[in-house]
Amino acid sequence: MKRLAKWRLISIFAILTLILSGCGEPFLSALKPAGEVADMQYDLMKLSTFIMVGVILVVVIIFVTVFIRFRRKDDTIPKQVEGSHKLEIIWTVIPILLLLILAVPTVAATFKLADVDQMDKKNTKALVINVRSHLYWWDFEYPNQKIVTSQELVVPTDEKVYFNLKSLDVKHSFWIPAVGGKMDTNTDNENKFWLEFDAKRANEAGNLFYGKCAELCGPSHALMDFKVKAMSRDDFDTWVKSMQNVKEAQKANTDLAAEGQEIFNNSCIGCHAVTPSNQMPDTARQAPNLTNFGDRSRVAGILDHNKEELKNWIRDPEKYKPGNMMTNKYPEMSEDQLDALAEYLMGLKVQQ
Amino acid sequence: MSTYAQKKGFGATVWDFLTTVDHKKIAILYLLAGGIFFVVGGLEAVFIRIQLAVPNNDFVSAGAFNEIITMHGTTMIFLAAMPILFGFMNAVMPLQIGARDVAFPFLNALGFWLFFFGGVFLNLSWFLGGAPDAGWTSYASLAIHSKGHGIDFYVLGLQISGLGTLIGGINFLATIINMRAPGMTYMRMPLFTWTTFVASALILFAFPPLTVGLVLMMFDRMFGSNFFVVANGGNTVIWEHLFWIFGHPEVYILVLPAFGIFSEIFSTFSRKRLFGYSSMVFATVLIGFLGFMVWAHHMFTTGLGPVANAIFAVATMAIGVPTGIKIFNWLFTMWGGSVKFTAPMHWAFAFIPSFIMGGVTGVMLAAAAADYQYHDTYFVVAHFHYVIVGGVVFSIFAGTTYWWPKIFGTMLNETLGKITFWLFFIGFHMTFFIQHFLGLWGMPRRVFTYLPGQGFDTANMISSIGALFMSLGVIALLINVVVTSVKNVKVGDDPWGDGRTLEWSISSPPPFYNFKQLPLVRGLDAFWIEKMEGKKGMIPAEPLGDIHMPNASFLPFIMAMGLFIAAFGALYHGEHSWSILVIIIGLLVTFGAMFVRSVKDDHGFHIHKEELMDDNDKGVKA
Repeated sequence: MKRLAKWRLISIFAILTLILSGCGEPFLSALKPAGEVADMQYDLMKLSTFIMVGVILVVVIIFVTVFIRFRRKDDTIPKQVEGSHKLEIIWTVIPILLLLILAVPTVAATFKLADVDQMDKKNTKALVINVRSHLYWWDFEYPNQKIVTSQELVVPTDEKVYFNLKSLDVKHSFWIPAVGGKMDTNTDNENKFWLEFDAKRANEAGNLFYGKCAELCGPSHALMDFKVKAMSRDDFDTWVKSMQNVKEAQKANTDLAAEGQEIFNNSCIGCHAVTPSNQMPDTARQAPNLTNFGDRSRVAGILDHNKEELKNWIRDPEKYKPGNMMTNKYPEMSEDQLDALAEYLMGLKVQQ
Repeated sequence: MSTYAQKKGFGATVWDFLTTVDHKKIAILYLLAGGIFFVVGGLEAVFIRIQLAVPNNDFVSAGAFNEIITMHGTTMIFLAAMPILFGFMNAVMPLQIGARDVAFPFLNALGFWLFFFGGVFLNLSWFLGGAPDAGWTSYASLAIHSKGHGIDFYVLGLQISGLGTLIGGINFLATIINMRAPGMTYMRMPLFTWTTFVASALILFAFPPLTVGLVLMMFDRMFGSNFFVVANGGNTVIWEHLFWIFGHPEVYILVLPAFGIFSEIFSTFSRKRLFGYSSMVFATVLIGFLGFMVWAHHMFTTGLGPVANAIFAVATMAIGVPTGIKIFNWLFTMWGGSVKFTAPMHWAFAFIPSFIMGGVTGVMLAAAAADYQYHDTYFVVAHFHYVIVGGVVFSIFAGTTYWWPKIFGTMLNETLGKITFWLFFIGFHMTFFIQHFLGLWGMPRRVFTYLPGQGFDTANMISSIGALFMSLGVIALLINVVVTSVKNVKVGDDPWGDGRTLEWSISSPPPFYNFKQLPLVRGLDAFWIEKMEGKKGMIPAEPLGDIHMPNASFLPFIMAMGLFIAAFGALYHGEHSWSILVIIIGLLVTFGAMFVRSVKDDHGFHIHKEELMDDNDKGVKA
């Protein structure tokens, strides 16, 4: 019975592993890679897993044999064996060889992933994005395009996108699991790395990837999500154009929205910009840029994108993101004011 | 312990333990205090799993959750696992090398009380305005940003208890180097003694960087310095280095003694000498050495650059080799043996597949480029729980059942022991296996909740149910301890019947002087050699004579308490006018006690030959 249990346990683990690696969402799972970086990492995972499964098999065979053959049956004293040089050399040399098989591609991939020469060249054509992390929100600046957006990163597919990463308060970590591994945003220095978004597989994932903060950064660490919109280079260029065309705050087109804009200008604009230009230094951008708020897919990175949730958020941000920097920075809003604000903010769109 | 109570009454027993310098009683103190902290840390773990059982749960608030995870990690590492292992080292190592006590019995007591007061101080944070909340790694930018006194409790509490650990480590080193019985050469030492030796050396070199880091953090938080304040020219990455230069060897400080415990158990219950003893020793030393060369693999995503990442990746993989050697040596110790599946052997046997899981994911994590995906996700959480629970906690359960008769003179119930094993074993794999996948599916670690619709729901529920089984296992052990203590059936010198090392050659529990006459060691597994030649006990290496013993002392308790008091002053520095006064009083208590210790002569006492002769049924039978 017990013997069976052992065997069963091992086969359950094997089957589970196969099934479980198939789970996970395509917009979020590192096991559903959707870009060159994630592919390289996925290949390394598979290689290391295969090697390790081999090792485990050997151990399991010896383990089960011991369990079956060498149980105590009588009171005889077994032969006291000191060791075996032959065996010991075997289980020293073979693991070294196995590790070499893993080490070579690991080192190669590590250097390849760190290759950011393109972004430092003068007049480079490569797309560079400056990521600035703040307590529970993300700021994305496109320095060559001279625009800024927040919370939703917009990227072209099928080309390398380069990132400069830095944090402006505490350490965070920038991670888009389906597209590639993470890189910390340090408070001390700028980190650099690149990612590539594959058009076909981005499409299968709904062209919207989930991004996460992966370094404990305070109470709302779990809620520091962002989204990544992947689109073709042409669509991306169009988006950049329409962003660049917003030179001053968009005019509200209904009375209610106009009322909202006035409230916004009185209470919110001190922190939130509604123009995309990157004139101000990153440290002066105190809160998410809302230029294209109406185009986004979440409120505050986590709530459903509708007026009701937006009003809930403004009413009591502390309830949704404990420890955030927005709470108590503005006067309490009446229901009418909230309606007007929501109308105005949802109308801030650059995409048709 | 009940035996003491019968003889002396409760008050006298408490006083005895407060002033003891006997390694066996200090061991009991370590096990008791460590056990209590283990339960506290376990409760924190249960709260974590309840909160994460379903998405958007509000069992605890976000801030409280961060306090719980921080305290869970800190408590389990510093206040549960390490002290419990220290308990075994204290209880067993001097017996295994044939010594009458550790080299510095007074320091031994001081080490314990420092650890204890540091741990109590840290846990008082729950009642005094909130626990630390920056994770057990306490990365500097978040720690400096954290409001309230939580981080101050962390810094001061760990500083005090770390001092105790350092003292303990140095003491074990001195003991093993100087106090081995005649004939006990280094290459005849039992493997648990060897791993104690190497772990103590690691403590000696690993704790100073932590101390330095904590001092810098303390100055930043309490006295306005800027070591980690970037705006004023500080650097937070330095903290990461200091912490992990300590933190990685710390893993081996925990797991090497665990290896030692399992080595004893495999060999005992297979009735075979350890296969490849010398390569086991070599592997232990090598792991200890390499343990200092790999800290930056905790910082692969910090942006150290490809050269550093590649070097540390390869160095980390290299540790897999000596660890693999150990695994195969254990398997071949059992191979050809006569394996009896007692409760301790259950843990040892199950340790192999469980620890292998943690080992192979360790090699996977070492692949730097792939680690960018695993780093700071639930994959890592799964990995280090497979190592620390599957390795260290299993060894604690194994060691507890294995050495319980030697420490307390009674045998834990085998059936209850096996029930504990199965509950805990099933719960453990249920909780942590699935977490590998949660991480790969995109769930970062240290999240207080997660939103529905990301594919995390079912897996988290399974993981939480597993935690329930683990809790039941621990409860079964506690019941076992109570039942066994109440029944109080005394056992003989070698209750497992297969004991191989010196601790099984003397009575259970041993007399306070351990060996009436120091034993003569004639080879590895000294007691086994004598048994195989038909002898009942060890050959004495000296004629019966007076034994010199140290006096009990209350001073270690007072010294540690002084620092405990001073820590409150430091904590409230700049907030209350009385803080400076409290610091001064606390330090006066400590230094006063040290002064008394220095000027008052304490020569100990002698047990005379005649008394020992009366005591004929205890100690080594000559």
